Amino acid sequence: MLIKTKYHNEIEINKADIIHFEKGIPGFLEEKEFIILPLSDDQTFLVMQSISTEYLTFLVVSPFHFFPEYDFQLEDLVVEELGLQSEKEIQVFSILTAEDPFENTTANLQAPIIINTTNQKAKQVILNDGQYKTKHPIFQKG
Amino acid sequence: MLVLTRKNGESIKIGDDIEITIISSKNDQVKIGINAPKNVEILRKEIYEQILAENQAASKDIQGLLNFLKK
Repeated sequence: MLIKTKYHNEIEINKADIIHFEKGIPGFLEEKEFIILPLSDDQTFLVMQSISTEYLTFLVVSPFHFFPEYDFQLEDLVVEELGLQSEKEIQVFSILTAEDPFENTTANLQAPIIINTTNQKAKQVILNDGQYKTKHPIFQKG
Repeated sequence: MLVLTRKNGESIKIGDDIEITIISSKNDQVKIGINAPKNVEILRKEIYEQILAENQAASKDIQGLLNFLKK
């Protein structure tokens, strides 16, 4: 199918690559379908593009690339809601809040995007353990 | 909004399967126990609102990144 995107113009996507947020995400409850598209050549930075809203995108990264120690437990509620059978099915992204200059950009480690790669169900999970916040600088201050 | 007065140890039921108990209350703090089915998500409201605000901020433009990638 063809979709309009914010950074990739109009592109052809495979319907099977769409991820489905049954309940949307906080602040965007009506947005239930997104697709992850690479933004940089090395695939470090990606965008989570809304299927229905051309201008709505989130900059996402693999949190483990910037925070190798990142670790959390998924509650049963989430495992059930996403129909997860095994850890291998899970893909994790963190939403970045891009700043200008980009060096000040932060990652939201408190609310990761969890995707079941088997059925493409996704959820922005809110972690309650108090260990992670919404703004973790992705570049170490030297 | 429905307003009910409860004492420590008393509960209210919401529907068939949600029960909220006032464990204790002191000064302006109330300790609440919640029994609910697993599929009901329970969150502190201010945390949910923080995530909502962060999502809104994150959905704004990423000019910073585009400048950064051009370097």
